[in-house]
Amino acid sequence: MNGGTGKTAAEKVLSEKSGSDARSDTIVIASVDYLMASDTTAPMAIEAFSAMGGERVFDASKIAFVIDHASPPPNQTIANLHIMMRSFAARQGIRLYEAGEGICHQLLLESGALSEGDLVLGADSHTCTYGALGVMAAGVGSTDLAAAMLTGRSWFKVPRTMKIILEGILPNVSSAKDIVLALIGKLGCDGATYRSVEFHGKTLDALSFSDKATIANMVSEMGGKNCFICDSSASVVSDSNAVFEEVVVVDVSNIRPMLACPHSVDNVLPVSELAGKRIDQVFLGSCTNGRLEDLRVAASILRGRRVAPGIRFYVNPASQKVFLQALEEGILQTLAEAGAVFLPPGCGPCVGTHNGIPGDGEVVVSTTNRNFRGRMGNNKALIYLASPATAAASALMGEITDPGTLEGASCC
Amino acid sequence: MLLTGKVLKYGDNINTDVIIPGKYTKTLDLNILTTHVMEDLDPFFRRKLRPGDFVVAGRNFGCGSSREQAPVALKHAGVSCIAAISFARIFYRNAVNIGLPLIECDTSLIDEGDILEYSLGGSQLRNITRNSILTLIPLPQIMIEILKEGGLVPFIRSRKGYTVQS
Repeated sequence: MNGGTGKTAAEKVLSEKSGSDARSDTIVIASVDYLMASDTTAPMAIEAFSAMGGERVFDASKIAFVIDHASPPPNQTIANLHIMMRSFAARQGIRLYEAGEGICHQLLLESGALSEGDLVLGADSHTCTYGALGVMAAGVGSTDLAAAMLTGRSWFKVPRTMKIILEGILPNVSSAKDIVLALIGKLGCDGATYRSVEFHGKTLDALSFSDKATIANMVSEMGGKNCFICDSSASVVSDSNAVFEEVVVVDVSNIRPMLACPHSVDNVLPVSELAGKRIDQVFLGSCTNGRLEDLRVAASILRGRRVAPGIRFYVNPASQKVFLQALEEGILQTLAEAGAVFLPPGCGPCVGTHNGIPGDGEVVVSTTNRNFRGRMGNNKALIYLASPATAAASALMGEITDPGTLEGASCC
Repeated sequence: MLLTGKVLKYGDNINTDVIIPGKYTKTLDLNILTTHVMEDLDPFFRRKLRPGDFVVAGRNFGCGSSREQAPVALKHAGVSCIAAISFARIFYRNAVNIGLPLIECDTSLIDEGDILEYSLGGSQLRNITRNSILTLIPLPQIMIEILKEGGLVPFIRSRKGYTVQS
């Protein structure tokens, strides 16, 4: 893959951070700019850090811990793991985001701590979300994170790059989530394994930052290592003579609202094919679709209406900031009047820790990123992944509903 | 190190949520992880598994979450090695980092119950039951070195950092 003289965005970042000529398929050791761990991964990372002989982290100002996966804690074991995180963070001078402040990826997008061209590791698989900022960000496990906290470095296999070009104008009932679900349906859940995934094309310039974060977030679900959103404002982009392993062109003008059906994210069908299927619960939130724009879309569909009888509609703003903005805009009132129940910002419902675990045989429409068997905490539940518009329309009707079929649909 | 064990075989896209559900991951107690390992995929996994056994699967083993609890639970339950056609990238790193060997090869020729033999770092997998040899896609050198140290913790502890360029 090293025939071209140009470099991909990933090769550029890894060359700069390793001080070498990083080319795909080679191994480099590179300096990291920022590290993140959550309450699922930080406790094991702290143990590994100590076992490595670690005393001080390489640079406390470049590390964040976030209590979000089980927040607030559902039991005493987890409450004690949170104490362990707080105590380590205080001793080292690491920034710790408390339970309820928000979901790690949303907090880091909001934090201002990340800059374009940075190399970031997060002990969470959706760390690739920061590709929306032009950051090369990859998910790792606890032990890799511990080694990076100690040394400020990590080893990287320089990824090959998949270039995805988005063309055309998205229909107004469809959203960035529908684009990325359609793409995962086409590529498969291992279609981009170990690849750096670059998004290009004119469509990007019509999308909001929130939309770009949704797309970057779901790169994990096609197996990608990291993502770069190369819109017209991006400066970390591949050279014109860089070598791409694969180029995929997507015409978004044909993309309808989509669903990922149980139990795999690449089991994707148009919403219209399942329209009318009875549902029990709707979840709006997560690092994928819990931003202000997502809540706004749901509010626009549900304003002055009420969700169908018997439907549980849980809404989880991705951060306190999102919560406050939604409060200011009146979105929270609109959603509450429509029957929404608000959950504290966090990952619990998506990852099945707590707050809204479905019952046996129940059908959930969720704006999250995974629908694996047992994902929401019950292996007998059926999870359909969808956009915020499809989720809100389905909550309203009590059955899977294409938002484009609602009367006066102008939602998105 | 020579690894020998019987095969427990599964399919494609075995994700980390079925290896260890998210609701059980918030713990440092390895016995809790071991108790629930693979239960959503195969409730009899623990009963079938003997120490040293190989888990063999199809494509994209370990996709999904970055939870290191997944390879930890498999290793602590007694799995000595995982062979698959391909692995998801975070699981791949995590397994090596905790000292659980992985093999990438064409697993379609391996069946449930076969006895396999693998010398750590070697380029071949021997199927004793079928008297056949499978060629492996080799691990990067740094991963072989991490595995030979027993994982990334002993690797970093003994070398005081990343001292290997490969």
